[in-house]
Amino acid sequence: MSFQVVTPYSLDEALGALASGEKLVPLAGATDLMVYMEAGTLAPCRFLNLQELDELKPTLSVNGSLTLGAMTTYRDVRVSPIREQFPMLAWAAREVGALAIQSRGTWAGNVANASPAADGVPALMAYDAEIDLWSKKERRRVPLAKFYRGYKEMDRRPDELIAALHLPLPQPGWVDYYRKVGTRRFQAISKTLLAGRILLDADRAVRDIRMVFASIAPYTLRAVQTEAIVRGRELTPEVIEEAAQAIQDEIHPIDDIRSTETYRRRVTSNLVRDFLSL
Amino acid sequence: MMRVSFTVNGKDHEVAAPPMKRLLDVLRDDLALTGVKEGCGEGECGACTVVMDGLLVLSCLVPICQVEGKHVTTIEGLAASGHLHTVQKAFLENGGAQCGICTPGMILSAAYYLDHPDEARDIREALAGNQCRCTGYTRIFESIKAASS
Amino acid sequence: MTFQTIGKSLRRKEGFLKVTGHSVYADDLRLENCLYGKTIRSTVPHAKIKEIRFKDGIPWDEFTIVLPSDIPGLNAVTLIDAEQPFLAEREIRHVAEPVALIAHRDKHLVEKARHFVHVDVEELPAVLTMEEALERNNVFKSYLVQNGDPSEKWNEADVIVEETYRTGAQEHLYIEPQAMIANTIPGESVTVWGSMQCPYYVQKALAPLFDLSHENVRVVQTETGGGFGGKEEYPNMIAGHAALLSWKAGRPVKMIYDRREDMWATTKRHPSKIRVKAAFKRDGTLVALDIDILLDGGAYPTLSAVVLSRATLHAWGPYKCGHTRVRSRVVMTNSVPYGAFRGFGAPQAIFAIEMHMNRAALELGIDPVEIRRKNFLHQGDQMPTGQVIREKIDLEMMMDRALELSGYHRKRADFEQFNAQSRPHRKGIGLSVFFHGSGFTGSGELRLASELSMALTGQGGVEVFAANVEYGQGTNTVLTQIAAEACRIDPDLVMIHQPDTSAVPNSGPTVASRTTMVVGKLVERAALELRKRLKEPTDFEASARQYLAEHGELRITVQYEPSSDLHWDDEKYRGEAYAGYAWSCDVAEVEVDAVEYMARVTNFVSVVECGRVINPLLAAGQIEGGIAQGIGFALYENVVLEQGAMKNNQFTNYIIPTTADTPDIHVNFVEFPHSNPGPYQAKGIGEMPIDGPAPAIGSAVAHALGGRFINELPLLPERIMDVVESL
Repeated sequence: MSFQVVTPYSLDEALGALASGEKLVPLAGATDLMVYMEAGTLAPCRFLNLQELDELKPTLSVNGSLTLGAMTTYRDVRVSPIREQFPMLAWAAREVGALAIQSRGTWAGNVANASPAADGVPALMAYDAEIDLWSKKERRRVPLAKFYRGYKEMDRRPDELIAALHLPLPQPGWVDYYRKVGTRRFQAISKTLLAGRILLDADRAVRDIRMVFASIAPYTLRAVQTEAIVRGRELTPEVIEEAAQAIQDEIHPIDDIRSTETYRRRVTSNLVRDFLSL
Repeated sequence: MMRVSFTVNGKDHEVAAPPMKRLLDVLRDDLALTGVKEGCGEGECGACTVVMDGLLVLSCLVPICQVEGKHVTTIEGLAASGHLHTVQKAFLENGGAQCGICTPGMILSAAYYLDHPDEARDIREALAGNQCRCTGYTRIFESIKAASS
Repeated sequence: MTFQTIGKSLRRKEGFLKVTGHSVYADDLRLENCLYGKTIRSTVPHAKIKEIRFKDGIPWDEFTIVLPSDIPGLNAVTLIDAEQPFLAEREIRHVAEPVALIAHRDKHLVEKARHFVHVDVEELPAVLTMEEALERNNVFKSYLVQNGDPSEKWNEADVIVEETYRTGAQEHLYIEPQAMIANTIPGESVTVWGSMQCPYYVQKALAPLFDLSHENVRVVQTETGGGFGGKEEYPNMIAGHAALLSWKAGRPVKMIYDRREDMWATTKRHPSKIRVKAAFKRDGTLVALDIDILLDGGAYPTLSAVVLSRATLHAWGPYKCGHTRVRSRVVMTNSVPYGAFRGFGAPQAIFAIEMHMNRAALELGIDPVEIRRKNFLHQGDQMPTGQVIREKIDLEMMMDRALELSGYHRKRADFEQFNAQSRPHRKGIGLSVFFHGSGFTGSGELRLASELSMALTGQGGVEVFAANVEYGQGTNTVLTQIAAEACRIDPDLVMIHQPDTSAVPNSGPTVASRTTMVVGKLVERAALELRKRLKEPTDFEASARQYLAEHGELRITVQYEPSSDLHWDDEKYRGEAYAGYAWSCDVAEVEVDAVEYMARVTNFVSVVECGRVINPLLAAGQIEGGIAQGIGFALYENVVLEQGAMKNNQFTNYIIPTTADTPDIHVNFVEFPHSNPGPYQAKGIGEMPIDGPAPAIGSAVAHALGGRFINELPLLPERIMDVVESL
């Protein structure tokens, strides 16, 4: 059997195909799936080509929140004025491969690919993104921070399609931080990565915080325990150090061909220090 | 097999191909446009860069089923009516090409950057997706500077 | 002396085709009825082959299959020796070793079929480290160069510095993978077209494989997308495989490696372990040097003996030392065979000696610049081989220029001040000074006895017939300029014939920084001979046309002639190791990040003396490329081995510097064109640029880290981390 493609021209058609029980792999920008195909790591399957669906077309609409249509690419964000309100999205987009990947790779695809080393997902998660999952049966919305359950395991049924991503508009005062530690400056896979956001009170106490990491766990990890340690407290050197130590209990890095557990642990703590020493 | 219609370098084409066949292979095997090169097959080296609907893409990562109705430009289409594009001329005069295998993709990326200077902070970012093992990039930067002036 | 063409930055001769995408590389060739070939390879490092099984699920009757029993002649790649089989017959000696070949007209089916071949084996114990190989005395080759007796000098020294340096394997990562197409008339002849540096090496390897005379093996080089040594000897193997399949199928066969196979199965730079012990006087004078070099050769000898030779003969650096001993060994392991890679052993040896000089300076409390001034070689001095430096060199002047261009002294002080405060990053600056011998070692050129032809063309110009290939480094343009200058004609009137063993004589391999110096000299001599035959015309074009009208053709062939004052003793390893040396000084600046421990090169200066520069634009481009590859060797390029084969065999996971990791590179030429053996006193330049960056960067990183040296390449953040944390 070889690879086949179904190209639906309406959402009903697409959701109907997904509901048929046959396993279909949604195909957006193809920048990950083509790599797996070429490497022979993807078993022959039938793809659901999303390119012709109007409902999923690249969009960046602001209506109380930011909605990214499922086919919205990294480049779409990089060249959009939306980057003023969501600077971290633009920073993250820059980190995905290089320009030619950014023209095709999609945010929703990054979510669905579920790589622990995703560059886009941490930024989305730090902005409290929610995912629209549509099926013939229902339309539901789930928080991205609760979407992953294990390595490449996620809260998406085979009959569901990621239709859009929603990001609440940031309130004034939040400061964003995004730092990818890769094997080189661009065109790199992260060894560890921190997407952080912080809101300080007038007296420099932490009113709210998000800390999301890549490449140090089987999936993109929001470090809720470490966040809790600093929330409500003033960012003294002692508190920062406490957070830098606490993160060690939340991450599960491994040795692989790109780096070592030891390195990932140390640098992840360094990222926490760097972020909180703003 | 599916039939796909699209234009390449301004000419209409229709090909019959498996839907997941790479645009790279269609260009090289079906249309004999061998200026597009394969260096890695996994979207890292940039040798297969082409322009599709005005955007840089890696043709090894584009399945032909997504090319229906699109406009593709390859290195062969850059020299319009026999005249070298400014960037091609600059590469020729400033030593921007050595072994030549990355050159088609590099030139397309360079031309894109000159047309869209706001999409990268500098030349280095604009070309980070095109790997060259011969030049150390210095002459490529010189070529692009020459082309932009 | 004024020149018409020499010293001018002519455009690359084949540049137009390259910028328009019209150059024809092997994979761009289309042959009727072509099959696609694939190699079945071992997955264990050492084993006895029991059986090769072709499993159900594939229409095997449609396939062409080649097993060792199908080989018509000698099942061994003839190179220096003939030890490496084209297909392992009984014993597997490394992972990825070829055991069978398959071909089919459907490219995708043949790729799929590969997974349906099973090699049953009985595994044997494997040797995967150099140390273990040495314990077992698995030594391919060893050398000893001794001058004076260092062992008598340790007592007289004020300071003795002893360290061990290690470098990892390095992958060439030419952007065009290995590629070959073969067509044969079974029983009669073989023709191959492909990506290669040495057409006559391929012919030499294929003739005995098919038990054919050399004339019945035709080898044609197609446009070659980079090589860096990786297409010196490996093309013999893939050409043999494609030809074996074609011989059996009676049809053309194309073999194009995908990137994973290319990185997994082909040669790399030899990993090294080098111990350096040096004795100094308090003022920095070097009094004794004892160096022990160990290289991992992998499972078959390939070119390891000559790689080791070059490592040995570059080990002492550009310093004078009356008492030197260099012992070197290359050992056999069950790793994928290591082979030629730009620099050819010299980068490993130069990393060791130059890091060592910088460390010694630190221990002596003197500046790295001053320790070099104390010990530099000068014209008239002897190297440990007894070779007297006859050419003019002025390393002080070259180093001073590099220091000035880089602002070395000011920056060294500024950076130390900068680092004294807590910062997000630390800065460092470091230097290296080094030489690289041009051409084959010792009597190698004499044995090659290269020949080159030149003929008049109907346009009144000349055509050069040489086996040396263009693979990005500028052969076409440089040989054109030499021919144009010597003939005194317009360079547009010079044609370079495609390297094709049926049409060009054997002017030797395109390796060893020899094309400009050795082959270029043949071009010059042939051109001068043509001028003589035309009676030294004032108008070459008119005379040439007239000569052709009268005589039909004029083609002459010249052969390499050794200089009478070069002597080399292969037994004692003494004499003139190289006919010419190029010299260089590099200065690198780095930043080491405090959060991620990553070192980044921020500026790079290289002062180069390679005799007369034939084409400054091309030469600078080649040097810049070598420096970038050297930066990769120093900081990024980490071959992760699993059972002796590359585990990170993907473009994604083997990190070479991109535009964003390559600093501004400033190349500055110094020319001492005096009595050099090359044409117009030019010397070789292809390899030298990769020798210097690693120690310059390594020393800059040590400077940034307050004098803590890291002796192992690449300087990955994971290695730098421990040092930063201990500061």
